[in-house]
Amino acid sequence: MRTHEVIIEPGRAERHYWRDLWRNRELMYILSMRDVSVRYKQTALGMAWGLIRPLTTMLIMVFVFSRIAKLPGDPGVPYPLMVLGGITVWTFFSTAFTQISNSVTMNANLVTKVYFPRLIMPISAVAVSFVDFLVSLVLFILLAIWYRFVPDWHLLFLPGFMLLAVLAAFAFGLFFAVVNVKFRDVGQLIPFLVQVGFYACPIAYSSRLVAGESYYKYYMLNPMVGIIDGFRWSLLGGEAYFNPKSLLTSVIIIVISLSLSLYFFRKRESTFVDDI
Amino acid sequence: MSVITVENISKQYIIDHQKGKGSNTLRDVISANFRQVFNGQKKQKDESKEEFWALRDVSFSIEQGDRVGIVGHNGAGKSTMLKILSKIIEPTTGSVRIRGRVASLLEVGTGFHPELTGRENIYLNGSLLGMSRSEIRKQFDEIVAFAGVEKFLDTPVKRYSSGMYVRLGFAISAHLDPEIMIVDEVLAVGDAEFQKKSLGKMRDNSASGRTIIFVSHNLTAVQALCNKTLYFEKGQLIEQGETNQVIASYLSKVSKTRLVRQWDTPQDAPGNDLVRVRRIEMTPEYQDDLTHIDVRTPMKLRFEFWNMMDHANLNLSLHLNSLTGECIFNIGTRSQAYGKGLIAGECTIPGYFLNDGSYTISVMIVKDTVTPLYTMEEGITFDVEDYREGIAWYGKWPGYVRPQFPFEMGMLEEATVK
Repeated sequence: MRTHEVIIEPGRAERHYWRDLWRNRELMYILSMRDVSVRYKQTALGMAWGLIRPLTTMLIMVFVFSRIAKLPGDPGVPYPLMVLGGITVWTFFSTAFTQISNSVTMNANLVTKVYFPRLIMPISAVAVSFVDFLVSLVLFILLAIWYRFVPDWHLLFLPGFMLLAVLAAFAFGLFFAVVNVKFRDVGQLIPFLVQVGFYACPIAYSSRLVAGESYYKYYMLNPMVGIIDGFRWSLLGGEAYFNPKSLLTSVIIIVISLSLSLYFFRKRESTFVDDI
Repeated sequence: MSVITVENISKQYIIDHQKGKGSNTLRDVISANFRQVFNGQKKQKDESKEEFWALRDVSFSIEQGDRVGIVGHNGAGKSTMLKILSKIIEPTTGSVRIRGRVASLLEVGTGFHPELTGRENIYLNGSLLGMSRSEIRKQFDEIVAFAGVEKFLDTPVKRYSSGMYVRLGFAISAHLDPEIMIVDEVLAVGDAEFQKKSLGKMRDNSASGRTIIFVSHNLTAVQALCNKTLYFEKGQLIEQGETNQVIASYLSKVSKTRLVRQWDTPQDAPGNDLVRVRRIEMTPEYQDDLTHIDVRTPMKLRFEFWNMMDHANLNLSLHLNSLTGECIFNIGTRSQAYGKGLIAGECTIPGYFLNDGSYTISVMIVKDTVTPLYTMEEGITFDVEDYREGIAWYGKWPGYVRPQFPFEMGMLEEATVK
């Protein structure tokens, strides 16, 4: 019989952490399904909420920025499509970011009662945002058909930008997930950050409007700028404004923050149960 | 072969006494750190923080196939120990070596989500406890039958009765197949029949060589299930050994029992200018070789006080309260005229009356049957331990009293076999 031996010691980094994480992939899947199926339980409209939110946000943004403020969009791209493209990727990122930030505290009852690699919680928390993303993408496709807009080969890059958005959500979310365990201020902070981010990122307007300004180089430091512009570029084709330089900044910032966040999370996860 | 070796395990917590003042918000931490940076001060030792050792230098080892009970009062470190063994919390010092697959059952129905159906929750809880989906699928029907929830499989568990909820939770864990099973207080729940079934299931498991570690306040259940027992107090392992031996010394040592209080002179006795208490004492009439009170033990309460009034109609009123402060009964003497002097009252509480639990007795001196002159609050505290004979059920006996009124049954008529 194969003996399975475990040694528990203070500060002992679990040697098989990543292997354990892989072994627990079923748990990850089940926790994801739990979050997805619970999300719209006991709501009359159910999944329709995934449509209503991006649709109304898009309509309001188009009305305010295009009709009232008369901001120019990207040439050849219908303004509503441009906005909806931005909303789709932003919602995906912000939902994932919010879910990850809350993942540990939301599962407090598990943290205090069972052991599993704690990274399972943020990872499975992302599933919900995928579902909302897909719904929002369907809306985009319908709107594109309405405008008789056909995407081209740029579309091939879409998964790449999606991946970057997920990594960005982890890079920032993991950090807040850890802080959230001790300081519930995070619960107040996150919706606020998401709201600020909505206007600080090129969602309801095009980066083209900012590109000429003197502060553009600082604007680009926001890692979401490159991701949103790139996402729109792959959906809407070459007419959408996309500066490869902003993508480079995004990648650099995300790689650095993700490594730091992961390190921080792994370092602190054994103390979650004491602080939660 | 020892499957679990625990060496010098300690767990320290830092208690922040300012918590109530809200010092644990981000703002305070940030501003504290800023102050430190700007003033160039070294972090001073914070007086509001106190070290607390939940466990201190605990060492023991457990052999394969042992059924080990862990007893001790609340806060003795039992649960902390289980959580360390379950890898949920990390010890501050020491090491644990575990050989074998461990399943920890610290709660019935861990992770159950109220909105999910019974079926979904079986998968959720099962995989949290370390079962693979294929294992759960294989045992699914058996789990459902054990819990008796066939009809409600597709109902959200928030609509379950608490009994069904608990049965489902236990059924899942009863079908785990680990080499080492860690169980915390799960027998405290569920109805009598189900408890019997669960305990039976756990016994069967241990017969097949499984090691069980079992924490419970229910000494009867520990005695029934465990061959060895560890006794924890204030974070330390006080005693370990054969269950009966350890439990006997646990009962004699940690009982909060205070059976007598006496004051020799009226000057330092509690009371007021009218009456002062001299002595309150409870004498259990132990049977057999018992040294502790159990449900069978009759007790005699004696209360003596000085009366400083020339002429007063006095009576005593006795309140017996549960630990949670509910009054179980109130009984009074007849009111009678007394002059100055020492007065005594006596009351007998019969055996087979109080259920197991902790109780306090307060005595009130009353004038003219309406005016309380003085109340001696919680003059006596005592524990009544459980005792059962010929009963295979070890759950908590419900109720405050456990009388033995005549209650007979018999067959009216033999069925004729056709």
